[in-house]
Amino acid sequence: MTSPGQGERPSGSVESTLPRPKNPLSVVVGFVDKTLAMSEFEVRKIRHDPTELIMRAVQPVIWLLVFGEVFTHIRAIPTGDLRYIDFLTPGVLAQSTLFIAIFSGIALIWERDLGIVHKFLVSPTSRGALALGKALSGGVRGLPQAVLIFILAVILRVQINWNPLALLGVLAAVLLGATAFTSLSMIVAFLVKTRERFMGIGQVLTMPLFFASSAIYPISVMPRWLQVIAHGNPLTYQVDALRGLMLAHGVSEYGLGLDFGVLVLTTAVLVIIAARLYPNIVR
Amino acid sequence: MDAMTISVEAGETFGLLGPNGAGKTTAIKMLITLLPPTSGDASIAGYSIRRRASAVRRVIGYVPQMLSTEGTLTGYENLLIFARLYDIPRRERKPRIRNALKFMGLEECADKLVRTYSGGMVRRLEIAQSILHRPPVLFLDEPTVGLDPLARKAVWEHVEQLRSEYGTTILMTTHLMEEADSMCDRVAIMHRGKVVALGRPDDLKASIGRDGATLEDVFIHYTGSELESGGSYRDVSRTRRTAQRLG
Repeated sequence: MTSPGQGERPSGSVESTLPRPKNPLSVVVGFVDKTLAMSEFEVRKIRHDPTELIMRAVQPVIWLLVFGEVFTHIRAIPTGDLRYIDFLTPGVLAQSTLFIAIFSGIALIWERDLGIVHKFLVSPTSRGALALGKALSGGVRGLPQAVLIFILAVILRVQINWNPLALLGVLAAVLLGATAFTSLSMIVAFLVKTRERFMGIGQVLTMPLFFASSAIYPISVMPRWLQVIAHGNPLTYQVDALRGLMLAHGVSEYGLGLDFGVLVLTTAVLVIIAARLYPNIVR
Repeated sequence: MDAMTISVEAGETFGLLGPNGAGKTTAIKMLITLLPPTSGDASIAGYSIRRRASAVRRVIGYVPQMLSTEGTLTGYENLLIFARLYDIPRRERKPRIRNALKFMGLEECADKLVRTYSGGMVRRLEIAQSILHRPPVLFLDEPTVGLDPLARKAVWEHVEQLRSEYGTTILMTTHLMEEADSMCDRVAIMHRGKVVALGRPDDLKASIGRDGATLEDVFIHYTGSELESGGSYRDVSRTRRTAQRLG
């Protein structure tokens, strides 16, 4: 296998991987490919061990079957023409993807104790692709939740809008929301760097995000100060988009344009911050 | 880290030795662009770590001290992700991965989950991961920490083979003087962020003026025999955890 000359020409075998000038198109293609590679890495992990996803299914089931049924029955929350369970279903979808997303950053702290994240950072991959790939995988984790909640919704006779375009819209809203909150979670992980502190902050973040949004009650029933906070909460816009798209008689209060505008902008800003902070994890 | 000046020849195996907290890992982290150098510069395969960090990343491979493979994926999948991150063209990925696995003696278990691997197999898989893009320079941080003698020997043989077949330049850190003695052409001994001795193991042994001196004697001669307080709690905890997982 070895010829005497080989040892003297170390560069001979590496020509193909040496840096070369790149055109803008191949830079974009490379970015997308590596982003997808990072997401695929996470998705393959779930495929080998779906325990987490199965456990995650418990929470929305309880929210819809217990909380939803009871509150629909007592009619305590004014939801206009919509039955309460119809009103709640998109909210639970947003909430369950939020919960998955917000705790996903802990994996980064775990990986930091391992050396995988070091290897990612040493590879010729832009920090943007590393961060976006990871954030997108949080979005992908939200999709099985969406499927589950659609099944529950059918069982609970929620009036679903089956228009394929609306379904695509639901998919986009779930992906965007989960990607944004996964990025937020990554930012927290990059800043606090230990499991204990991360879990504390994760708890502190989820509850206000969830309760100061339109997920389980309309904003109009909130006290004034809470309404102001809820209007600045991206989750409110995700829920609003889902309510407009998912339900047969659903209306988006703020308009899908504004909803998706807020979601895209939030995601972009958070991914950029996460990309910036990414190298912090190994310092 | 204090000022450090070394130059490593192409095709050489160079060892960085020193007590815990001497600055070996920090030095490596700077060289592989994980940490920005506080001052000064270094060039790797001709590229400055300060100005051409992304070019440096293409020409180096890195095997961290900590575990760096994903246990819930197969060996093949662990390599596949890096084949993509290193821009290996789609049609070359499969043969390159098969090749790297074969080179490291892991062909048989390519499709088994890594959590079923032994410590030595995990290490060899990590090396396979880092040579997929055929880097001219390879960094190994404590490559045999936590391995039993047999697994250690297998890792040494594979690294040696890598150098003889591909002419890879290797920069490694180690605590094992035996390892440094048998593998490295030259070593640098670091102490409190400085290089205190540099040379061929045999020359260093001769330099301390004692008959039958071992590299261990050289190490103690230059770093002092007092118990060092170096190495943070976190570093120690990491090393022990790595050792535990591999063993």
